Amino acid sequence: MSTNLLTLLPELVLTITGVLVMVLEPMIPAGQSRKPLGWLAILGALLSGAAAFYQLHIVNATGTQTGFYGSIQVDAFSIFFHLLIASVVLVTLLGSLDYFESPVTHAGEYFALGLFGATGMMFMTSSVELLMVFIGLEISSISTYILAGFRKGRATASESSIKYFLTGSFATAFFLYGIALCYGATGSTGIAAISAGLPAAMATKPLLAYLAVGMVVIGLGFKVSAAPFHVWTPDVYQGAPAPVVGMMSTAPKAAAFAVLLRFLFNGTPLLRDHWILLIEILAVASMCIGNLGALRQHDVKRLLAYSSIAHAGYLLVAFTGTQANAVSGAMFYTAAYAAMNVGAFLVLTQLSGFSERVRSLEDFTGIALKRPGLSALLGFFLLSLIGIPFTGGFFGKFYVFAGAVHNGHVTLAIIGLLNSGVACFYYLRLLAAMYSRPLTDSVSYVPARKVTVPAALALAATVLATLGLGVLPNKLVHLVERAVPVTATVTTPSVQ
Amino acid sequence: MVPTAYYLVLGAVLFCIGIASFLIRRNIITIFMSIELMLNAVNLTFVAFAHMWGQVSGQIFVFFVMVVAAAEAAVGLAIIIALFRVRQTLNVDQVNLLKN
Repeated sequence: MSTNLLTLLPELVLTITGVLVMVLEPMIPAGQSRKPLGWLAILGALLSGAAAFYQLHIVNATGTQTGFYGSIQVDAFSIFFHLLIASVVLVTLLGSLDYFESPVTHAGEYFALGLFGATGMMFMTSSVELLMVFIGLEISSISTYILAGFRKGRATASESSIKYFLTGSFATAFFLYGIALCYGATGSTGIAAISAGLPAAMATKPLLAYLAVGMVVIGLGFKVSAAPFHVWTPDVYQGAPAPVVGMMSTAPKAAAFAVLLRFLFNGTPLLRDHWILLIEILAVASMCIGNLGALRQHDVKRLLAYSSIAHAGYLLVAFTGTQANAVSGAMFYTAAYAAMNVGAFLVLTQLSGFSERVRSLEDFTGIALKRPGLSALLGFFLLSLIGIPFTGGFFGKFYVFAGAVHNGHVTLAIIGLLNSGVACFYYLRLLAAMYSRPLTDSVSYVPARKVTVPAALALAATVLATLGLGVLPNKLVHLVERAVPVTATVTTPSVQ
Repeated sequence: MVPTAYYLVLGAVLFCIGIASFLIRRNIITIFMSIELMLNAVNLTFVAFAHMWGQVSGQIFVFFVMVVAAAEAAVGLAIIIALFRVRQTLNVDQVNLLKN
């Protein structure tokens, strides 16, 4: 037991690069391109991914690593999420390298905040101590609050930022109260110690234990935008910059789901019969409200926000399976969703640029004539979000619903499948609009920007990942199923 | 000697007042203050439980929460100023540009 710095290697790399970007930013004269800082940040994200691979190598050789007196645990589970978060940030930074080019002079902060946010998310996934999870959650949240309002001076940007900030902090308070109640019930905030102390707590103060689990689930429910805690999502996504939405709708959610998996399956398996009901309610509400809400949307970012609520619902369905099914299903789905959603928002970034002029379904009507390549890509990502075979979205849904049916939750799987049918309508409506005749003679408002090389690389990566997860899912399935037994045998002593 | 339960009830009441004023109040600064109230209710709960268990760790957690709350306040107030500059209002009912 000691401070094992190796366990925080990817986070350390990201933090150092982020600080470096912040320090170098003022040294670049005003008016000069901030692109070199962007490349530095991209290098940092790459290196942190490499550091996670190095951790995988160590874990393969010598088994699970713990550090910082048992509050950090590096296993296949945490490394999977580290790699996922590093890839999302890497692709987002690549895709937005030219986004902030001319209009914003403080673009360096954007790159640094992206890295800091990723640090927090990674920290969340490897912490097995709820208070450390809280610190990670706040690092990630505070960075994304600022990123949401990055198009400074625009009324919608600051509105998006303030709404995200207020609801996010509200959720944090719930999460924190849940931690305090866990501490009260079991005398510890370590996940393994909570699990060990729960039988005694259930005998003497069951109400405290129920409340604790409920509060933690509510707090994380806000963060993953599960209904009925979703109200902030459409507004925030509509006002935030497109590349930022791509990142914040996938990476922080993946991290929050990782915490939820660890907490529910390792910390409170004793209360499974109780929390599974809560999860089922959240899943059904998210799927129905997300999909029905999306039907009424005209703004494409709002539409994708509601779609993101629905996908959080599909992901929660995974939690009703057995531990092995749930963990591997949820892990696969977060990866597939990250690939296709980041891709969709990168296409939006390219289509409308910094002005974000291309917003509503009307703006998208006939856009395929002007930008055929990008439209085809967006179409591909929409098909994957629907869950068409040979895309990552299909196999993710298949995996999740098969797990639910396998464990006897047939009704839930049927509700999910019906919802997928409803979802076809709004995705296909957008797709049909893109490929129909333009409303006016020309679609002149669409900026005729060339797709730059880094953006093309980012788009190619998301397409390959989405396609790869659909055609050859076995590789990832093998990896995520290997992560399951590791999380099941957590033996972490609590922080004394 | 005041029983621990009293502190826990006080913490729960403060937390509920925080939730209520978050939902009812219309001024953004007041809403922000109600979030701070909720965090301080959690701090009180932590200290009460630390006393109950006879541990120091619960009291140390409070420092973590305070530090994070301070960082959050710094960012939050900056966002509020940015909003006020653009909109000249701090009433949430008038901050309603984002809709379908």
